[in-house]
Amino acid sequence: MSRRQTIHPLIVRVTHWINAFAILIMVMSGWRIYNASPLFPFRIPESLTLGGWLAGALQWHFAAMWLFAGNLLVYLAYGIFSGRFRAKLFPISARAIFADLGAFFRGRLSHDDIAVYNTIQRLLYAGVILALLVLILSGLSIWKPIQFQELANLMGGYEGARLVHFFAMAFTVGFVAVHIVMALLVPRSLLAMLRGR
Amino acid sequence: MIRRPRKPLVSARDVIRDAAKPMEPATRRAFLKQAAGLGTLTLLTGCDVVDSASAENALMTMSRFNDRVQAFLFNPHKLAPEYPRAMIVKPFPFNAFYSADKAPAVDAAGYRLELAGKITDRTPWALDRLYAEPQVTQITRHICVEGWSAIGTWTGIRFSDFLTKIGADLNAPYIAFRCADGYSTSIDMPTALHPQTQLTLMIDGEVLPRIYGFPMKLRMPTKLGFKNPKHITAIEVTDTYPGGYWEDMGYNWFSGL
Repeated sequence: MSRRQTIHPLIVRVTHWINAFAILIMVMSGWRIYNASPLFPFRIPESLTLGGWLAGALQWHFAAMWLFAGNLLVYLAYGIFSGRFRAKLFPISARAIFADLGAFFRGRLSHDDIAVYNTIQRLLYAGVILALLVLILSGLSIWKPIQFQELANLMGGYEGARLVHFFAMAFTVGFVAVHIVMALLVPRSLLAMLRGR
Repeated sequence: MIRRPRKPLVSARDVIRDAAKPMEPATRRAFLKQAAGLGTLTLLTGCDVVDSASAENALMTMSRFNDRVQAFLFNPHKLAPEYPRAMIVKPFPFNAFYSADKAPAVDAAGYRLELAGKITDRTPWALDRLYAEPQVTQITRHICVEGWSAIGTWTGIRFSDFLTKIGADLNAPYIAFRCADGYSTSIDMPTALHPQTQLTLMIDGEVLPRIYGFPMKLRMPTKLGFKNPKHITAIEVTDTYPGGYWEDMGYNWFSGL
């Protein structure tokens, strides 16, 4: 009876919160690394960064990357092989996107059933999963631009990979901001990610 | 969090209906407040964790683990890409733990490269002898640990040729470098023997200027910039982990690319 009502199985909840913690560490230490040689004419306020100085930030970044990547791998394997991705995230059709965008701007986008994602949610969730993958691939290209030079070439070389890494981070942080606001506006969804239903 | 009197006999269906219900505004406010409180707590404990010695030890352990991963990933036959001359950055960026005017002025005539440790022929080398060795040139990308990169052209002795010539023990795990500016660093043997690892005597076709490491630096396109020591005065082949100036302060030792 209660099994059927489970929205998020335990493995999804555990990987979700590990992922949230890992991303917090990766982003905050990453911002300190960014400050050592900013790509754009701005710096991240030091109070939002982790590690104290470049060496400390690098230590955090290269320690948390194992947690982040390992956890994501478990989540992806589960999502693909359990059929969860197929059931929850697809299909995403262009027509449904326009329909839901219209509903969004009329303030009528439905969140009634938190077990079913509307097309905007599907698009954003699929998008952030993709962004996390791109973060790993571009991160590997920055870390090992010679050993993984074939991968780095796909990213536009070492300097290209830095840009890709930055924009994938920016998308992820933007997603997280919207995601947190939505979770607080619809607290049932936050509860569901804590207790499963 | 949300405390309700416990009813011993409550059906699963009721619980689900209850959970699916939207929260009343007051409950919702309390929930949001508590969520904010939890966030603050996490941040505070986070700060505490950052400062503690145990966290620092854990991070150093991870850094050592990453050294081993990188040694495993290092392919001794994989070459760093070479670039066309048009991409060479001029002037090449200066970077050290001091400003350019503090770079040491090494006396060419009195210079002797000292050799130590597991080496058969430890006779010190004068500059003439170094210049007389066969030279190779590379146009490669220098990548700084700070993130920036610059393409330059370096000329010098292939380091594996040099190590063979002096009879270095190629099975020793470490090679340490001491420099005229007080800098020190150390590298692994596989990287030392990489075909692009070079005892560099010239940059851009001219004798290495003072700020770029006169009279000699080690150029390794397969490692981050700070692993490329300038103003080298002594080379030691050793079984004991030598560390280095930045490495001892927490920068990752292997720092391979």
